[in-house]
Parts: sequence; structure tokens; C-alpha cells
Amino acid sequence: MSEAVQTRGKLFTPFNLIAGVILLVGAGILLLRFTQGLQATTNLTHYYPWGIWIGFDVMSGVALAAGGFVTSSAVYLFGMKEYKPIVRPAILTGFLGYFLVVLGLIVDLGKPWHLPYPFLVQAGPTSALFEVSLCVALYLTTLFVETTPAVFEWLGWKRWRKVVGAMTIALTVFGLILSTLHQSTLGAMYAITPTKLHPLWYSPYIPVHFFVSAVAAGLSMVIVEGMFSHKAFHHQVQISNEQFERINLGLGKAGAVALAIYTAIKLLSLSLDDKWHLLGTSWGAWYLVELVGFVLLPCFLFTVGYRESKVLFVRIAAVITVIGIILNRFNVSFIAFNYDLPSEHRYVPHWMEIWVSVALVTFGVVMFRWIANRMPIMYEHPDWKDEH
Amino acid sequence: MSVSRRGFLTGLATGAGMLTAHKANAAGVQQFTGYQGRFGLLHDTTLCVGCRSCEKACKEVNGHPPPDRPIDDKTVFDRHRRITPTEFTVVNRYKPAEGRTPPVYRKHQCMHCNEPCCASVCLVHAFEKTPEGPVLYDPDVCLGCRYCVMACPYHALSYEYDSAFDPKVMRCTMCYPRIKEGKNPGCADACPTGAILFGERDKLITVAKERIRKSPDRYIDHVFGEHEFGGTSWLTLAGVPFKSLELHEGVTHESLPSIGTSYLSVVPLVVTIYPGLLMAFYAFSKRKDKLAQQELEEAVRLALEKADEDTKEKLKQAADKSAKDKEKAINAAVKKALQEAERKAAAEKAAAAATDGADPKETKS
Repeated sequence: MSEAVQTRGKLFTPFNLIAGVILLVGAGILLLRFTQGLQATTNLTHYYPWGIWIGFDVMSGVALAAGGFVTSSAVYLFGMKEYKPIVRPAILTGFLGYFLVVLGLIVDLGKPWHLPYPFLVQAGPTSALFEVSLCVALYLTTLFVETTPAVFEWLGWKRWRKVVGAMTIALTVFGLILSTLHQSTLGAMYAITPTKLHPLWYSPYIPVHFFVSAVAAGLSMVIVEGMFSHKAFHHQVQISNEQFERINLGLGKAGAVALAIYTAIKLLSLSLDDKWHLLGTSWGAWYLVELVGFVLLPCFLFTVGYRESKVLFVRIAAVITVIGIILNRFNVSFIAFNYDLPSEHRYVPHWMEIWVSVALVTFGVVMFRWIANRMPIMYEHPDWKDEH
Repeated sequence: MSVSRRGFLTGLATGAGMLTAHKANAAGVQQFTGYQGRFGLLHDTTLCVGCRSCEKACKEVNGHPPPDRPIDDKTVFDRHRRITPTEFTVVNRYKPAEGRTPPVYRKHQCMHCNEPCCASVCLVHAFEKTPEGPVLYDPDVCLGCRYCVMACPYHALSYEYDSAFDPKVMRCTMCYPRIKEGKNPGCADACPTGAILFGERDKLITVAKERIRKSPDRYIDHVFGEHEFGGTSWLTLAGVPFKSLELHEGVTHESLPSIGTSYLSVVPLVVTIYPGLLMAFYAFSKRKDKLAQQELEEAVRLALEKADEDTKEKLKQAADKSAKDKEKAINAAVKKALQEAERKAAAEKAAAAATDGADPKETKS
């Protein structure tokens, strides 16, 4: 806490300066986007109506924010109490992640002011996107309520804290239902593009691919987030380094299992539709880069890390998995999408699209710091020890 | 690429109930095969000469700006074109691989599917298939998510990316207002070679099949759009493989909406099964904790009891020991006292003997 007090006084730290510049330029780009239209800031085309604002901000963002539901289910529902110290940071990461997903969506939508229309004006319940937006809206709310215990402890509102504490199990169950649904439905959104998405990525199993990879992504993101937050907030952390390492090794074990299952269903999809011959093509080579380099390799590293108690291996594996999930979502949403179009029509993101995505992530990091510097996220509030 | 029905169904088996729910879409024994007498258009590519009169008429009907280059400028064909917000239809030239065959022209526009994918993926239900055949779009509810543009297998939709405040999805309306007035769509009226025919879809299919029957050498024996992805309002005839005209041959007859929405049948299952299942897991883990707690308490109790007994035993031993020690001490003290007494007695005796020496008489007696 001492550092927090100090940094609150100092505004011009290197972190704040860099973050400030990224956010200011980002705000300028958004001004341009909302006054001149999407064309002014994006390379979107009629062939590629979805670029990285969907592929990264939404598709990857939702997957990487899966750590919240994975850890809270493990601790509260399945009784793995040793992981309790990481639940709060994971839920906060999840909440901020989904918040950024919605922000990214608002930036990408042609008419963001129509965002509540599916629920208020006219519903399209046959759409996978309708289900996703309903789930994301409800889950963002769930994550918000799951974050409030920290807020109420900080404010000292004991009655409210008790109320939300009593809701923990119900919220966790609700969160797991919503996550199962929308994580997989994000994949199901591509079920209607059998002629557009390359057959190596298109699969009747694509909803399952998305769900399982999201679990791996969420676990990896918790490890990656811990790498940074435990350094940045080391003065707040109550658990010993040894305990934190044990938690990381456990997460690595879960990551290995998730990636192994993911590999299995990927291979199953290849077999069921007999797509093995496609591996010999150049698309096949690219597919193998994803599968071997970003799924099998981290799976192996997770396993070695866990068995040999080497946290470094687990961390490297987590970083590779995070990159791999982003790569997979990019492949599905625009790289292997419209794969048979001539190269002149292909989508390459505009620098302003990339900048906005980076600015959104920066905004998330700034918010995490702001909250963790004030509220009991990295540590347990002395009044509420051993409670939900 | 095609979706095999089996592969698709196997995929559905990923959620146990998906198979049955998939059937549920068919609403029992009834099946709706489309509005009777709905209109369609037939494009016979063997009659098309690439004059682009249809494009010109389309622009006029929809009030789009005239093209930059004259409509008969053939250099337009050097570049592959697509549908844009100001070009609802474009004619592209294709050169099928086989040697000297003349180029083939194909007209692109919204196909007005029987079961439109754009309509099924729209989360505000902005698209509607009309009984007349055209698929209409309502920009007033549109969010601008562009899922429809992304989903359309025919690349027939475009979006107004340059509009900041009122961007819309732009595409052919099949001249719905003109059809309502009893007129033909603009492109059909403008076609000088009769390559575009407008009429009732069912009748057009008969016409198309009749043409194939009469000139089997001229045509590939297939009416594209009769069944592809559930069928389209626009039908295409060709003398070259449809694939070379960028039309996906051999795709499933199942409509894309039925594939896409079938996944949603898992939603009610997850919502109904998960709470009970998860609470069971929670109960198991609670129970495990409770049992562990009970075992711990029992163990503690036993340990305490044992400790208690041990203490008693020790106390007893200690008491015994102290009793013995006491006895020993007493014995020792008694012994000591006796010894002392003996010693005293002996000393007295000796003293007496000494006095006797002084009085021999007394000692003698």
C-alpha cells in the first residue's frame, strides 16, 4: 500500500506517460471513427466486414477473460480452496476484459446507439449473436456483482458485503452457465460459413473448440496476469512465494489437460471429415504452425513445468498459449476466412485499428492498477478473512 | 467445400440433446417449403453477352450515381468486381480453363434465398423473406454489426463504411417496389438478349430444366439455386462448371440457417441441466469437506482421550512411585532411627562398661 500512496502523488511516472500517450491518441482515433465513419479508421471491406476489432477485442478478449469463471468455479464449486488467493484478481481481470469487449463492440458497431435494440425493440433469437450478446450482457453484470465484495470491503459497507457474499455460489453457477454458452456460441457463429472459412478451421465441432480453448486461454491469462500483478503489488501479496508457485504449477497442470483435450478434439475434427490431406497444402502448413507451435508446444511445457516444479516453464507455456489463442481467433475471423479470395482482396488491419485495440488493453491495465491500488484484490481484507 | 450431412450431425452429437432438438426445428410432421407462387429470376449465362445493360438499369432504378466509365467499356471486365453500396449488381467475366471457349459472364446480386442466412443471423431480425420472394431489410433497427455481410455465402451484401451516422447494409431488393406495382425488376426489363427471365420461381425451374432437356450439349445438367443451401430466388444456368463462375457446387441442400440455429438448441439444455449438476458438484465438495472435518474432529477426540488415559496412567505411576518413595524413605528413616538407636544403645553400654571398670565389684556381678 505504501507504493500506492506514493504513486498517487506522482502523476508523471513512465508507466502513466506511456499509457497516457496511447490513450490520448486512441481517443483521437475514436473521434475520427465516430465523426467520419468506419472507413476513415479501418481497412474493413465488404469481403471482410469483421477485422481485429472483432477478431481481437471480441473473439480473443472473451476467450482471454475466461479466467474469472474457471477459477471461481474451481474454488467455490469444486472446493479447490488453495486457489482462493487468485480468484479476486482473476474475476477483476474477467470483469475488465468483458467491459473492454463491450467497449470494443461499441467502437465496431455501425450504430452503437442501437446496442440495446435486440432486447428492447426487436429480438432476433435465431441468431447466435443474439445469444452471445444476451450472455455477455448478463455475464458482465454477474462479473460486476462478483467484483463488488472488494468494493464494499474497501468502502466498509458491511451489510452490502454480506448480501453479495451470500450470493457467491449462485453467481458462480450463473457465470459458469453463461460462459459455457457464449464461449462456445462464439464458435457457433462461424457454423454458417462453411464455404468461407477454410475447412481446416471450419468444423461442426467449432463451438467445442472455442469453449475448450477458452478454458486454456483463461487459465493462461491468470498465470500471465499473476506474473505482472505479483511483481507490481508484491507489497500487498499475503501468500508466500512458495504458495504462489504451487498455485502456478497447479494452473499449469490444468492448462496441460485443457490443451491436451483441445488437441484431441482438433484431431478428431480432422478425422471425422477426413481433412488430413489438407495438411499437405500451404494452408495445412499454417494450420500446423498453430497446432504444433501454439497448442502442442505449450501443452508439453506445461506438463514439464508441472512435473519438474519449474514455474518458468509454466509461465512460458502460458504466454505461448495466450498468443496461440489470439492467433486461432485471427485465423478463424479473418486469416483463414475467405481463404479462396484473391490476395488483393485480403484484409490487413489499419494501424489505427491496431492502435485502438492496444489502447483498450492499456485502459484495462490502468483500471486494474487503479482498483488493485485501493481495494482488497491482491490480499484478503482482515475483516472478511476466510469468507466467500 | 461442402458440409456433409453426416459430419454435421456428428457435430451435433457434441451436445447430447442436439440431435433431437435439430429435428424439433421441423415442427413436427409439417414442413414449410416456401410461399406458393413466389417470384424468382433466371440468369442463363449461355445467353449473356456482358453488355451490362442490367447494371445500368439497376443504377437508374435505385438512384445510384452513373458509373465512371461508359457502360460499354469492356476494360471494366479486366478487374473482378463485387457488389458495393452503389452497385447492387455487377457482371463479371470468367474465362473457363478449357482453351478457346468464349468468356462467360455471370451477374452477381443478392440471391434472395428461400431461407436467408442474413435473416437468421440478424440479432434484431432486420431481414424478412416476403411472400413475393424478395428478402427485405429494415435499416431502422439495424445495429450495424455486419454479421449478415460476413455470413452471406454469395458475397451479396455490402456496407456503408463511409457513413458515420446512418450506415446501412446495401444490397439488391429484387426491385420489391416494382414487383408490388406489377412491374418486372429493372435488370430483367433491360436485358436485350433474354438472358434474365422474371417470373414465378417454380415455373422458372421448369423453363430451365426444359432448356437443359432441349439442348443437353449447351448446358451443364444443373439449375444452380434450385436446392443449394435450401434454394434461392435467383436461378443460374451455365455451360461451364459452376465452380468456375464462383458458385459453390455440391453444397448441402440444407439451409445455412438450419445449420446455424441448430447449435442454439443446446442453450435450454445447458440452462436446465447445469444448475442441478453444478450444485451437485458443490454438494459433493461440501460433503467431502464436512466428512474431512468430522474425521478430523473424531481423530482429535480420540487423541485427546488417549492423551487423557496416558496422563492418568502417568499420574498413577507417579503416585505409585511417590508412594514407594515415601515408603522407602520411611523405611530408610526407620532403619536409620533403629540404627541410631542401636548405636546409642551400644554407646551407652560401652559407657556403662567403662564405669564398671572403676567399680569392679559391680561389673563382676
